[in-house]
Amino acid sequence: MTELYYDAAPNATRVVPPLHGPRQYPTNKPAQVYLFGTCVVDLFFPEAGMDAIHLLEREGIAVNYPQGQSCCGQPAYTSGYTEQARQVAKAQLALFEQDWPVVVPSGSCAGMFREHYPALFEADPALLRQAQALAARTYELAEFLLHVCKVELSDTGAPVKVALHTSCSARREMNTHLHGRALLAQLGNVERVDHSHESECCGFGGTFSVRLPDIAGAMVQDKTRQLIETGAHQVISADCGCLLNINGALEKQQAALRGQHLASFLWQRTGGAR
Amino acid sequence: MNTQARIPAVELPSDFRSRAHQALGDAQLRGNFRKAMDSLMAKRASAFADADEREQLRALGNAIRARALSKLPQLLEQLETNLTRQGVQVHWAETVEQANAIVLNIAQAHQAKRVVKGKSMVSEEMEMNDFLAARGLECLEADMGEFIVQLDHEKPSHIIVPAIHKNARQVAALFQQRLAVEYTEDVDQLIQIGRRVLRQKFFEADIGVSGVNFAVAETGTLLLVENEGNGRMVTSVPKVHIAVTGIEKVVENLRDVVPLLSLLTRSALGIPITTYVNMISSPRKPHEQDGPEEVHLVLLDNGRSQAFADGELRQTLNCIRCGACMNHCPVYTRVGGHTYGEVYPGPIGKIITPHLVGLAKVPDHPSASSLCGACGEVCPVKIPIPALLRRLREENVKAPDTPHPVMRGQGSKYSRKERLLWNAWARLNSSPALYRAFLRLATRLRGLTPGNVGPWSQNHSAPKPAPRSLHERAREHFATRGNRP
Amino acid sequence: MSARDNILAKLRHSLQGTTPLADHYDEALVTEPWTYATSERLARLKTLMEAVHTEVHVTQAATWPALLTELLAQRSISSLLVAPGSEHGQQLAAYLGEGPSLQLKAYDRPVEQWKQELFDNTPASLTSTLGAIAATGSLVLWPTREEPRLMSLVPPLHVALLKASQVYDNFYSVQRQQGWASGMPTNALLISGPSKTADIEQVLAYGAHGPKDLIVLIVEDQ
Repeated sequence: MTELYYDAAPNATRVVPPLHGPRQYPTNKPAQVYLFGTCVVDLFFPEAGMDAIHLLEREGIAVNYPQGQSCCGQPAYTSGYTEQARQVAKAQLALFEQDWPVVVPSGSCAGMFREHYPALFEADPALLRQAQALAARTYELAEFLLHVCKVELSDTGAPVKVALHTSCSARREMNTHLHGRALLAQLGNVERVDHSHESECCGFGGTFSVRLPDIAGAMVQDKTRQLIETGAHQVISADCGCLLNINGALEKQQAALRGQHLASFLWQRTGGAR
Repeated sequence: MNTQARIPAVELPSDFRSRAHQALGDAQLRGNFRKAMDSLMAKRASAFADADEREQLRALGNAIRARALSKLPQLLEQLETNLTRQGVQVHWAETVEQANAIVLNIAQAHQAKRVVKGKSMVSEEMEMNDFLAARGLECLEADMGEFIVQLDHEKPSHIIVPAIHKNARQVAALFQQRLAVEYTEDVDQLIQIGRRVLRQKFFEADIGVSGVNFAVAETGTLLLVENEGNGRMVTSVPKVHIAVTGIEKVVENLRDVVPLLSLLTRSALGIPITTYVNMISSPRKPHEQDGPEEVHLVLLDNGRSQAFADGELRQTLNCIRCGACMNHCPVYTRVGGHTYGEVYPGPIGKIITPHLVGLAKVPDHPSASSLCGACGEVCPVKIPIPALLRRLREENVKAPDTPHPVMRGQGSKYSRKERLLWNAWARLNSSPALYRAFLRLATRLRGLTPGNVGPWSQNHSAPKPAPRSLHERAREHFATRGNRP
Repeated sequence: MSARDNILAKLRHSLQGTTPLADHYDEALVTEPWTYATSERLARLKTLMEAVHTEVHVTQAATWPALLTELLAQRSISSLLVAPGSEHGQQLAAYLGEGPSLQLKAYDRPVEQWKQELFDNTPASLTSTLGAIAATGSLVLWPTREEPRLMSLVPPLHVALLKASQVYDNFYSVQRQQGWASGMPTNALLISGPSKTADIEQVLAYGAHGPKDLIVLIVEDQ
C-alpha cells in the first residue's frame, strides 16, 4: 500500500517495494459519498466544508456527513502517541459502513487515511481489512472533483491572480499540487502564479509549530514573504493546517494577503452562493 | 593555536533550541546556507533529468543496501577474510574508545608523529583529531573544507561540504591570521594556499587516515570517492594507511557499487562521478614502488548494531552519506549544521545520532521536523526518514521504564502530564458526544479565545473558532433538504 | 569475547528467524541508459571530460609523440615522468632521439628514495590507461610497478594515453569485460578530470591536491 509501511516480520530487513503506479479512478461518478470534514475545518474553516458539500452536490452526488466524526488522529500519530492515535482512528474507521467514497477537503488528513491507517491496524486482521478498504476509497477533494467527477468549471469571477500552496505530505503522498493546479487552470479569469520555493514546507507540521516555534516561525515567515512577493491577490490551499499557519502569520504581520480553501474559492468562482 | 578565537568569534550554546535560535538570527549564516542548498538542489535535479531512471535507480539502491544488511554478519566476515588474505589488517571496535585505541596502537608501533587525514565522518565520530592531539600526535585534516573547519577549531557543518557555513571572506581572514599569508578573497588563490600547506603535510606524514565509501566483500576492496586528491594522497603517500568505517558500509559485490556510486555522486553534488574513485585492495606488494606498506581497516559499531536490531530502524543503515536529505531540508537550511551539535546534522543526523549517542543526549532531534517529507523524497536509498522520525518520537515519549527498550535513552521526552493530555485528547476524539460538546463550547465561547496562545503566538495571531462548527452547519443543511444533491 | 565476536553475535541475534534477501540486480538499468553507438561514444567521453577542464586531443599512433612534445613545450615543461620500458615510453624516447628538448625520467625505485624530487621537481607525467568510460567521462587506471600510483597524482600535469578502441560504455561493462570480480589489483582508479574542489562557497577551483591539469591523448588505432 505505502512505501513507508509494509508487512514485514519485526526483525526482518525492510525493502521499499516498487512505486505504486498511478491511481486507478472509478469510471462512473458515484451516487453517494461520505465527507470527512477534518477537525481543523470543523472548528476553524467550516465554510470550506460547506463549500465542499455544495461542489459535490452540484455534481449530482448525495453527501453523507457522519455526525460521529472528529479527527483523523494525525496530531497524536505524528507526535509519537501511537496508541492514542489508534484509539481515535478506530472510532473514525467505524463511521463509514457503506462502500461509498470518502472525500476529505484536506490533503494531509486524506493522506493519514490512505497511507497510515493500514499501518496502525497491522496487528488486527479485521481492522486492517477495514483500514485498507477505507484507504482505497479515500480521496482528497480536489482529486475527487478532477478525476472522479471530471468537473468542468466555468469561471464567473473577475480576473484575479492567485498563488497555490500545497501541503507537503499531501503533495508527496497524493500529488495534490497537480490536482489543485488542474482545477485552477479551468478557471479562465484566474491566473496562477508560482512562488519561490513553492515546494518547500510552510512550517506547520502539526505540533512542530508549537514545539519548535523559532524554526517553524522562520519557515512561515519565508513562506509568507515568498507568497507576498508574487503579487497574488489571494493564496489558495487545499489543506487547512497550512492555511491556519499561513493566515495566522499573515494576520500577525498585518499583511493584506490571505489564504482561502480551494473548495470555497472554486465554489465562489463558479457562481455558488454563500 | 587553541587559545585563538574563531573568525568571527561564535560561541555555540549548549542546547539545540538555543543554538537554533542563535543560528536563525544570523543573517549571514542563513544566507550562506540558503544559497548553497539552493545550488545543491538544482545540481541534483539536473543530474537526474529522467525521473523514471531516477526512481528505478533509487529502488535498486534500496534493494542493494537492504540485501547487504540482510546478510551483514556474513558479508563482514567475507570482507575480513578477503582483506586479510590480501594483507590488509582488519580490526573491530564496539566503541569509539576502542577504535581510537586501535589507531593509537598502530601509530605508536611506528613511532608516528604526524597523521594526515582524508575526509572521514567516522573519524569525526571518534573525535580522532583531539584524541591524537592529546597524545602528542598532530592529526591534520586534508580535505579543503575540513582543513578550513579545523583551522578555526570548528566542526563540519555538512557531511559533504564541511565549511559551507563560511563564505570566502571568512576563509580569507582565517587564512591570513592562521597561515600568515596575504589576505585574498580569490577562491583559486585560497585553494592554492591550502594546496601548498597540505602538500608539505602529505610529504611528511607518517600515517594517512581515511574513511571508506563502500567496502566490497566479494573482492576485499575499499572504495573511496573524492574530488580533491587528498584521499588518494593519504592512502598512497604515508607508509601506513588506516581506514576507519562503520560496520554498515559493506556491500556484497563490485557490481553493486555501480548504481550506488551513481546515486551517491549525483545526489550529493549533481555530478556524474567524482574526480577520483580510489579502490584499494592491499598494501604495497613486493616490487611495487609506492603505496603504504601497511593497510589497516577499523570496523566501528558505535551504536549501529542497536539500529540494526529493529527491522524498521535498520533502514537508517542504508545511508550512503550523500547529504541530499540535508540539502533539501527546510529546517537544516535555516539552522545550519552546527545547530544539531553532533557529527551528523540534518535529517540523517536526526535518525542516526540517537543510536550513536543515545536519545537522551539529543532529545529534541526527532521533534525538530515538520515531517514535510522532502528528505525521504530525495534519499537515494529510500530511507523512509519521516517514518523513522515519527518512530523515534514514539520511543522518545515512552515511559523510561517500558520493558524491552529498543534504544538507549528511550523516553527522554517522557512527560506524564503530556501523556495524560494526549489520553484526554484521544478520549475526546473517540467519543462523538464529548467531541460535539467540545465543539459547542469552543464555538460559543469563541469571544473568550485568549490573544496569546503560547508558542503559537510568537509567529501567529491567535486562531479564533468559527461561530458555528461544520458539524452544526452540516446537520442544519441536511435537516432542511435531506442529503439529496 | 572480543569486539569482533560481540559485534557479530549482536548482528546475528538481530537476524534470527530471517533469511537473506535475494539478489534482484537490474543489469539493464545500469547499462541500457548508458550505452552508446560507436560514433557517439568518443564524443560523449570528450564532452564530459572537457566539461571538467580536461584537455582532450584525438591523435594517431604515429603522431602522438609529436603532439605531446608540442603541448609540453607550450607549457615550458622540460621533463616528463614516463615508464621507459613501456611501449609508449620507448616510442617517445625513439621520437625524441638525442635532442635535449625534453628530459625523460623514470619512476624506477621506491618512492622513499626520491620523494623530494617527485614532489618538488617533477612537473609532468605520462601514463597509459586501461581504457575509459563514456557514461561518466572517466579514465580507468590500474597502477603498476612501472607506472606507480603517485605517477598520476603528484605531478601538476598528468598526461594520459587512451586507445580509442578501449572506450567502454559504462562502469558495469568495464567490470564485466575486464573481469574485475575475479581479482582486484593493489589500487584501481577511475580518474575524471584534474583534481578540483568546491569547498569554499561552492566556487569550483581546479588543482586542489592532485594534478592541476589533465591531458588525455586519444590514440586512434589504424
